[in-house]
Amino acid sequence: MSARTEEENHVTDVASEAVPEASTALQQAQGAGDVRGVQTLSMAKAINAGLREALRADEKVLLMGEDIGPLGGVFRVTEGLSAEFGDKRILDTPLAESAIVGTAIGLAMRGYRPVIEIQFDGFIFPAFDQITTQLARQTVRHDGSLSMPVVIRVPYGGHIGSIEHHQESPEAYFAHTPGLRVVSPSNPHDAYWMIQEAIRSDDPVLFFEPKSRYWPKGPVDLDHSGLPLHASRVMRQGTDVTVVGHGAMIATLLQAADIAETEGRSIEVVDLRSLSPIDYGPLLESVHRTGRLVVAQEAYGNVSVGSEIAATVAERAFYALEAPVLRVSGFDTPFPPAALETEFLPSPDRVLEAVDRALAY
Amino acid sequence: MAAREREFTAPTVQLLTHEGELRPSPEAEAYLPLVEALSDAELQRFYRDMAVSRRIDVAGANLQRQGQLALWVPSHGQEAAQVGSAHAARPQDHLFPSYREHIVGMIRGLDLSRIFALLRGATLGGWNPEENGNFHLYTLVLASQTLHATGYAMGLQFDGATATGDPETDAAVLVYYGDGSTSQGDANEALVFASSYQTPQVFFIQNNQWAISVPVARQSRSPLSLRGGGFGMPGVRVDGNDVLASYAVTRQSLEEARAGDGPSLIEAVTYRMGAHTTADDPTKYRTDDEVAYWEARDPITRYRTWLEGRGASASFFSDVEAEANDIAADLRRRALELQAPTREAIFEHVYSEPHPLMVEQYAWLESFETSFEGPAGGTA
Repeated sequence: MSARTEEENHVTDVASEAVPEASTALQQAQGAGDVRGVQTLSMAKAINAGLREALRADEKVLLMGEDIGPLGGVFRVTEGLSAEFGDKRILDTPLAESAIVGTAIGLAMRGYRPVIEIQFDGFIFPAFDQITTQLARQTVRHDGSLSMPVVIRVPYGGHIGSIEHHQESPEAYFAHTPGLRVVSPSNPHDAYWMIQEAIRSDDPVLFFEPKSRYWPKGPVDLDHSGLPLHASRVMRQGTDVTVVGHGAMIATLLQAADIAETEGRSIEVVDLRSLSPIDYGPLLESVHRTGRLVVAQEAYGNVSVGSEIAATVAERAFYALEAPVLRVSGFDTPFPPAALETEFLPSPDRVLEAVDRALAY
Repeated sequence: MAAREREFTAPTVQLLTHEGELRPSPEAEAYLPLVEALSDAELQRFYRDMAVSRRIDVAGANLQRQGQLALWVPSHGQEAAQVGSAHAARPQDHLFPSYREHIVGMIRGLDLSRIFALLRGATLGGWNPEENGNFHLYTLVLASQTLHATGYAMGLQFDGATATGDPETDAAVLVYYGDGSTSQGDANEALVFASSYQTPQVFFIQNNQWAISVPVARQSRSPLSLRGGGFGMPGVRVDGNDVLASYAVTRQSLEEARAGDGPSLIEAVTYRMGAHTTADDPTKYRTDDEVAYWEARDPITRYRTWLEGRGASASFFSDVEAEANDIAADLRRRALELQAPTREAIFEHVYSEPHPLMVEQYAWLESFETSFEGPAGGTA
């Protein structure tokens, strides 16, 4: 992947600007007065640090997955955790995704808080039944007497030049399913805090990690989380057009906003952070200011999270809109061979083309 | 090279013959002491529970035919496998049923009206396992529960709640599924995980010969009990119409599980005398001869013959019949009294923590429905 140092700094500066906004129960759990400051971490290291905090804070937290033990996962997100917490808490399981989720349900029935790693986005489907018909429904089936605090971490998305089933964005399948929560951080600071919040949630959380953002570094404020798990956030202020996305798309949107600025157009960037539920507040406020919205995502456009946002904004902000809500998505084809991924994935130019169309109304 | 053997067989553990004689098969000899340790009261309880199960089946089917239940799932023919295995479990054990094990739930202390509520469409679940003998909820996606059971058994291990050497507290997991479910990936993955983690667990397959309309031969070319060995655990084939054999083999397997010796698999060979559910018509896919063959192997008839031979009185059997009738009548009465849940139940407990869509959509439905209600005293 290409280095995008400037835009990197932009993401993380904005993320850290948002930091002092709120305090949460999480911070109190960390111990008041124990100031640890700001560290510069990659998202992979930030999630690793967040997992370590969660494992230390609650002995019922277990990690389960393929190759997550001594190897530390294929992306090394769990590196060092097996040495610190042992193989009773960091479980290198047999190679069967449905069983990983299914046994995690049984462990949660027993009071554990399993955190699962699915190795790659495209390998979540063997577990689709257990996630949608079992995990998502245990609480309602038990009339609320049983919680399902299971987190499923999913490295997802393109930009890494990999083979089939390794670059997909399957988040819509899960956002469509009642009983699940779905989130995706766009930067290391959010990743550090959101993974801990997800683990503390009593509901199942699909935690989509944008793998193309695993390695760029950014500041992580270890003392202040900033926002609740399901809050969206304005990442960059602008006046002409609102663009909204999540995960790795935020880096692309900020890059597009930088380019647009040189051309005299002011773009506001909103990071959803949570795909289910969606926090529409900041987005609707933004649309009321700009009157125009472009929704961007790597996922296929047909029946997607972007479709839902477009419909909802049209319903709730119809009179504020100066133009139809436009969508920029992956094409409705299988994710192509990696040699063609830059054609498939929304680029800053494709976002700006949609911005131009929105402004043309 | 000569053709390789492609026939696979497994011996069957049987204590009570079809005719009701206690004459253990060679494989069953070792289990005899477990049966000899049962008191007369326990032996009579087995009969009582099987008779109650069969009587409840009639009540359930009648309610469905009268439009009071969406569905009834009969156990007729499978009473010995269910009653024997259920009585093999200790109070601290956890039982994960499929959806046909009504009498197992009753033995664990579940009020069966909860199952009627489920089949009447009043709930998606119906009970809290922790308050009902550790009898977990029915699971309708076949074999899904085998993985939940395995995860639960892993949890027992991690908690040190098993294999301490104290049979009064060491716990194990007993999971039920059927011959059709053995073809599901989840059932096989559960065996992999159970074997890998050496969980305190017993897999209890009721092979009732039919997965709705498809015979077990379509699921497996070899006895299902042989699957245990392939996954690294003992597999035993038991006459599932013999309540004593079903009890003894499950008892032994659970005790080994509690002692830390690992999981095992039981295939209880039985027969679904009735339809798969009240929505099924077995005359379309099986012969009268086959049904007659299994009728001659009825689990209750043979056990009654044996009990009579041991001196059980006629009044015992008539008392059981009267009690079964009372239980069925009481269940029927309470099934008819079950109230439909209020509409807020649609949104309650979908999540454990507050969720904006649940709040918004319930508020909308409430205002939509109340918009049709005129002012007090107004005309409709």
